[in-house]
Amino acid sequence: MSTIGGMRRVEGREKVTGRATYAFEYAVEGAAYGHPVQAPIARGRITTIDAEAALAVPGVLAVVSSADPPPLGSVEDPELAVFQSPQVAYHGQVVAVVVAETAEIAREAAETALRIEYQAEPHDVVLRPDHPRLYAPERVNPAFPGRTEKGDVEAGLADAAYTVDQTYTTPALHNNPMEPHAAIAAWEPDGSLTVYDSTQGATAHRDTIAAVLGLRQDQVRVISRHVGGGFGSKGTPRPHVIVAAVAARAAGRPVKVALTRQQMYDMTGYRTPTIQRVRLGADEDGRLTAIDHDAVEQSSTLKEFAEQTTTPTRVMYAAPALRTTHHLVRLDVPTPSWMRAPGECPGMFALESAMDELAEAAGIDPVELRVLNEPAAEPESGRPFSSRNLVACLREGARRFGWDRRDPRPGVRREGRWLVGTGVACSTYPAYRRPSSATAVAEDGGYVVRVAAADIGTGARTVLTQIAAEALNTSPDRVRVEIGDSDLPRASLAGGSMGTASWGTAVVRACEALLKNGGQEGRADTSEEVAAGSAFARHAFGAQFAEVRVDADTGEVRVPRLLGVFAAGRIVNPVLARSQFIGGMTMGLGMALMEESFVDPRFGDFLNHDLAQYHVAACADVQDVEAVWIDEEDPYLNPMGSKGIGEIGIVGTAAAIANAVYHATGRRVRDLPITPARLLS
Amino acid sequence: MREFEYARARDGREAVALCEPGARYLGGGTNLVDLMRLGVETPARLVDVSRLPYDRIEAAPSGGGARIGAAVRNSDLAAHPVIRRRYPMLARAVLSGGSGQVRNMATVGGNLLQRTRCPYFQDVSKPCNKRHPGDGCPAIEGDHRNLAIIGHSDACVATHPSDMAVALAALDARVHVIGPGGERVVPMPGLHRLPGAEPGRDTVLEPGELITAIELPAPPPGRSVYRKVRERASFAFALVSVAALLGVDSAGVVRHCKIALGGVAHVPWRAARAEGALLGRTAGPDAYAAAADAELALARPLPRNAYKVTLARNLIVATLTELAP
Repeated sequence: MSTIGGMRRVEGREKVTGRATYAFEYAVEGAAYGHPVQAPIARGRITTIDAEAALAVPGVLAVVSSADPPPLGSVEDPELAVFQSPQVAYHGQVVAVVVAETAEIAREAAETALRIEYQAEPHDVVLRPDHPRLYAPERVNPAFPGRTEKGDVEAGLADAAYTVDQTYTTPALHNNPMEPHAAIAAWEPDGSLTVYDSTQGATAHRDTIAAVLGLRQDQVRVISRHVGGGFGSKGTPRPHVIVAAVAARAAGRPVKVALTRQQMYDMTGYRTPTIQRVRLGADEDGRLTAIDHDAVEQSSTLKEFAEQTTTPTRVMYAAPALRTTHHLVRLDVPTPSWMRAPGECPGMFALESAMDELAEAAGIDPVELRVLNEPAAEPESGRPFSSRNLVACLREGARRFGWDRRDPRPGVRREGRWLVGTGVACSTYPAYRRPSSATAVAEDGGYVVRVAAADIGTGARTVLTQIAAEALNTSPDRVRVEIGDSDLPRASLAGGSMGTASWGTAVVRACEALLKNGGQEGRADTSEEVAAGSAFARHAFGAQFAEVRVDADTGEVRVPRLLGVFAAGRIVNPVLARSQFIGGMTMGLGMALMEESFVDPRFGDFLNHDLAQYHVAACADVQDVEAVWIDEEDPYLNPMGSKGIGEIGIVGTAAAIANAVYHATGRRVRDLPITPARLLS
Repeated sequence: MREFEYARARDGREAVALCEPGARYLGGGTNLVDLMRLGVETPARLVDVSRLPYDRIEAAPSGGGARIGAAVRNSDLAAHPVIRRRYPMLARAVLSGGSGQVRNMATVGGNLLQRTRCPYFQDVSKPCNKRHPGDGCPAIEGDHRNLAIIGHSDACVATHPSDMAVALAALDARVHVIGPGGERVVPMPGLHRLPGAEPGRDTVLEPGELITAIELPAPPPGRSVYRKVRERASFAFALVSVAALLGVDSAGVVRHCKIALGGVAHVPWRAARAEGALLGRTAGPDAYAAAADAELALARPLPRNAYKVTLARNLIVATLTELAP
C-alpha cells in the first residue's frame, strides 16, 4: 500500500510566523499569575505556614497551601492532591502557590516573603540493586505482568556453550520539551472551568481535572491547540494544572501558571534510572538457550509507577527459556513517569548491548546472531505476529550501511586521533490502539472533521487531514480538522505511539458514516472495534546502525553516521514520519552520550536541572542521521494499516552507539551516558 | 526577579561613579542576567557599559601586538583578521565558547568576569561558600565531576568557565582597568585568583573597578592552537581545554612555549612548570609527556574527577604533538 503523501504541516505557516497560540499565551482577560512554591526537603512535614507577609506584598492576591486545604474531589493520582497534607514526599513537591498581579511579584513574594517551616526527616533517594525495600511489582506500565517466565532458565544457561551475564545501568532522564508546562485556569460564573493547558490529550486531562476538582466532566473544558513537545511528560495532568485551578478560585480571577525549567525537573515526571541484569545463553551455533532480564527501578512513596523495562525482551528473540522480571523500590523522590518509549528504550539498551556481547563471545556477526534467533511467533505469548520484518530491516540496513565490509575486531581502526567503530542494535515498539470518537460534517463546500486529538509537534493534525481526505475521496484542502479541545469528540492520548492508529480509525469510520448517511454528517466511536482486540501480536520493528569516532586521547565520542531502518506498517506521511524517526534517533544519541539527571543524595533533588547543565544533543552532535523504512502491508492493524512511529526511533540508538564504541575502542561501557570520564577511567 | 535600577554610562568615569556598592556592570548580560534569574545575583543597579567607547580592536603594525576594547563582542573578536592571523589560539578559544547567539551578545570584559558554572553555586537552595562564606562546599563530597583538580581549597573546588581567558592567560595579556582609585594594569595570569579561604572573590579587581581593554603583546614566533574537550560537540563548557603555543628552532629545540589549561582550576591555569620543562629541550612526545607530568604533579583530584588528570595529560601531549610532532 502506498503512502498518502508528503503533505506539509497544515499549521506550519501559523507556527513559523509566531501566530500559533500555546497554552500560556491566551489573552485571558483579568488574568493573574501563580508561582508554585516547592518543598526544600526530600521528606518530612510542614510545621508552619505564615502567609501574612506575602499577602502584604503589594500586588499579591492570594496564597493557597495546606494551611487551608482547598476542597478537592476524587484524587486517584496523589501527585495531584495539591495542598491537602502537610507531608512532604519529595524535594520540589509543590506546597503552596502565591498569586499576584504579575509573575514577577508572585515569584518574589514566594521566595522572600512566604514563610514555611519544615520538620525534616531522614530521606532515601538512592536506587541500588541491593536495596532492602525492593519488591516485585504485580503489574508494570501500563498493565503488563511484572514477571513472566517460561522454560527452565537456569538449565538453559547451564547447558549453554556461550553465556553473557552483565549489568547495565541507565540514569534518570528528563523529557525536556521545548515548551514548558503551563496552564491558565478560568472559572466561569456558572461554576464551570476553562483550562488552557499544554497536554497530550484534552479528553483525558479534562476527565482527570474534573474528577480532582469534584466537577462533572461537562463543567470542564481543556483547550490545547498547539503543544511544544511532551515526550510523555504532558500525557497526564501535572500538579500545576490543579494549582492553577485552586489558585484561580482563591483569587477570584483567571490564573496563569508556567513552570520554570527548573520546576519541570521536579513536577513533570522523568524516566526512572534502571539497573538491569541480563543473562543470555547460546549453543555452539549461537541459538539462544535462555534469556533472563531483570530491571531494578524506582518510584515515589506517593504511588507506584513501574516502568515496563524488560517487556521488549518478551517480544524480541526465540529462546526455549525466557524470564523477565522487575524490581521496584519506593524512594523519597518525585514519581517517575512516561518518557519516549518507556520500557522499550532503557530495556533495549541492556538487551541489545548483551546481544552484542554474545555475538563477540560466540564469534558470530551481530546481524547474523539476531537473524539466527528470529522467532516464528511472539516468544512470550506464542501469538503469531500480525507482521514482523525485523530481518528485512537488518538486511536492508546492513546493505545500506556497508556492513559486509566490517572487520569485527574491536579497537583496530584508527584515522588520525580517532578510533573508528560501527555497531548495530534492534528496536521494537508495540502497535497500540485505543478507543476514540470523531465526527465528520459537510460544511461550506468542504468537510470539517472533529476529534479531541493532540498535535504535540508530530504533525497529527496534518496526518488526520490526509486520512480524512482519503476516506472521503476528496482533496486534503477541502478538509479541515479540529483537534486540541475537550469539547470535541472524546479521543485517546498522543502517547504510546498510538495517536494516528486510534484517532485515524475514528476519523475513517466517521467519514465512512458520512458517506453512507447521504454525505452530510457522520459520527463514530471505535470503542467496540478496538475492544474486539486481536489474535495477533502487533509490534513495529527496526534495525539501527551507528558509526562512532572516539578520540583516543580524550575519550570524546562523535557519531558521524546513524541509520535506522524501520518496519512500522504503512507510512502515512513520509515527510512527517522521517522527522519522528530521526527525532527519536537524535534523542537516543543524547541518551547514549550526554543525558543524565544527577541527584546529590544529601539534598534529594535533581542538581543539573536546566538545559545548560542537562545536555541534550546540539546540532553539532547530529551529523548524518538517516531513517528509511520497509514497505509493510499489515491488514490486522487498523483502516490505515499503520503502526506507531513516535517512539521506536529512540529505542535502539543508545545500544547501537554503545556497541559501536566497543567496536572502536575495545571498551564495553555498560553505564550510560558514555562520557570521556567513563572512557578514560 | 528583584527590581533593580538600570543606568547607562556615557564614559568610563561616569560608569565608575555609578557603580556604587550593590551595583554591577552589565556587558552582554549572557551570564549576569542568567544569574539574576536564578537569584544568585541580586544587584540594586545595573550599570550598562556595553555602549561605552571600548568597542574597537586596534592592531599595532605588523609584528606588534593588539589592543581589544572590553566592550568588543566575542563574535567580532573571533572574526577579526588580525586576531585570527596573529593569535589563532585566541580566535579558536572564543569560537569554542557559548553559541553563535551568545557570542554575538557577550563582551570581552564580561567573558573574563563570568562566574563558575558549578551546579551548587548556581542553585540558591544549596549551600555555597562562594555565595555565602561559611556555608560549606557541598561539591567536595558531591558532584564535582567537572570541577577543579588544581589549586582548589577546602572552601571551594569551582573552575573558571571561560575559554577566552585561557588563551589570554597563555598570551600574557594585560588587562586595563579603571576604578575609583584611577587606572591600573593587571597582568594575566594574575587577574583571577585561587579560591583559598575567600572563594567569593573570583578576581583581584576591587569593587567598582571596570575593565576597559585587553592588551596583547606581539605573539612569540611559533604555532598556536586551542583545543577544548567536552562531551557535547558545542555549547558546553570544557571538561579540560588547552591553549598552547610552541616555537621550535631548526634543530628541533623548543625556544618558545606558552601553555594554559582550562577546566582544571579556579583560574585559567598557566602551566608554568610544563613550559619550564620544555624550554631548551628537544621537541617531541617524550618531552611533552614529561612536561605534562611536571605540571600535573600539582593535581589533587577529587574522587569523581580523577579522569581529568589523565585527560589533561593526554590533551597536552596530543596538542603539542599536533603543533610540533
